[in-house]
Amino acid sequence: MTPSQRRWVFLVAGGGFLAFYLWGLVGLPGFGHYPGPYGDIINAIAVSQTHATAVVSAVNFEYRAFDTLGEEFILFTAATGVATVLRHLREERDTSAMDEAMNRDVPATSDAIRMVTLAFIGPTIVVGWYLTSHAQTSPSGGFQGGIVLATAFVLVYLAGQFIVFKRLSPVALTDAIEAIGAGSFAAVGIAALALGAAYLSNILPLGSTPGAVNSAGTIPLISFFVGIEVSAAFILIIGELLEQTLIVREGNR
Amino acid sequence: MSIFPFIVVAWVLAVGLYGIITSRHLVHQIVCLIVVQSSTYILLLGVGYRTGAVAPYFYDIPPNTPAVDPVVQALALTDVVVEAAVTALLLAFAVQAHKRFGTLDPEELRQLQG
Repeated sequence: MTPSQRRWVFLVAGGGFLAFYLWGLVGLPGFGHYPGPYGDIINAIAVSQTHATAVVSAVNFEYRAFDTLGEEFILFTAATGVATVLRHLREERDTSAMDEAMNRDVPATSDAIRMVTLAFIGPTIVVGWYLTSHAQTSPSGGFQGGIVLATAFVLVYLAGQFIVFKRLSPVALTDAIEAIGAGSFAAVGIAALALGAAYLSNILPLGSTPGAVNSAGTIPLISFFVGIEVSAAFILIIGELLEQTLIVREGNR
Repeated sequence: MSIFPFIVVAWVLAVGLYGIITSRHLVHQIVCLIVVQSSTYILLLGVGYRTGAVAPYFYDIPPNTPAVDPVVQALALTDVVVEAAVTALLLAFAVQAHKRFGTLDPEELRQLQG
């Protein structure tokens, strides 16, 4: 199929989609008129039932915890997939030269970049840790915190060398941490089973004050495990992708 | 214009799909897929929105304050994570495709295989 043919097929299909979409919108409640009832019910009961003031986290780590477990394993599988797809093949080492940039020097990291990124590493870790540990109180959680924690490692890469990034996050260790994070989430559910409750039910004491950091039972615990799983998964993925570009750089030096 | 946000959803979806079918570069195509998926965020958050309601966080407001639907917001979070995972995997495939075939143009890749 030529590109122009493809464009025509797309225009016809897009027109059909638009017609059905508009037809469907006519029967829906308009924007700003949320009809309920699920969101309203959860908003009404979540705070007293889970002692978490962040209802989105309560949904993710309590009411839909089983779905979140699946979501976390999607990330786990994707990290494994990236590592598998980008593994070193035997013939690759021989052809890794890539002479395209031979006549150019690899520029050294400038002092300005190094200063700014070094200054940001500490605050980034603090913010990431804050987000991971405050899922039950405010808009945060393990997914957001994990990404920010992984960013701290990317800053290490920006500030210095890929070698330092690799030394700080050796693949075997990051792999193990990722597996521990993912497995512990599943284990929290199994602990509930052992106590005779349903899988992933909130078996820990809820604490007396909704909104306190040490409230909401298993929600902060699951958020913590999700946080370390997500940060390890993204450090692995970023490391694998960076390694692809840096094979070239090492060859040039 | 109470359906305006849903029209934006259709627009973002269509722009992303158009980019995918006309793209001549795999990385550009992956970015277009991100655009397509972004339309689902607008749809999810738009479905759960209620005029004048607050975010579903009751840390410093009374628990019975009208709030937007927290379920679709949790789904949007799931959506973002899955998108990041899928993007990483697709980029890895693009790297391998470039290594093996020396091109990232979908048309040329098709000719190589055909």
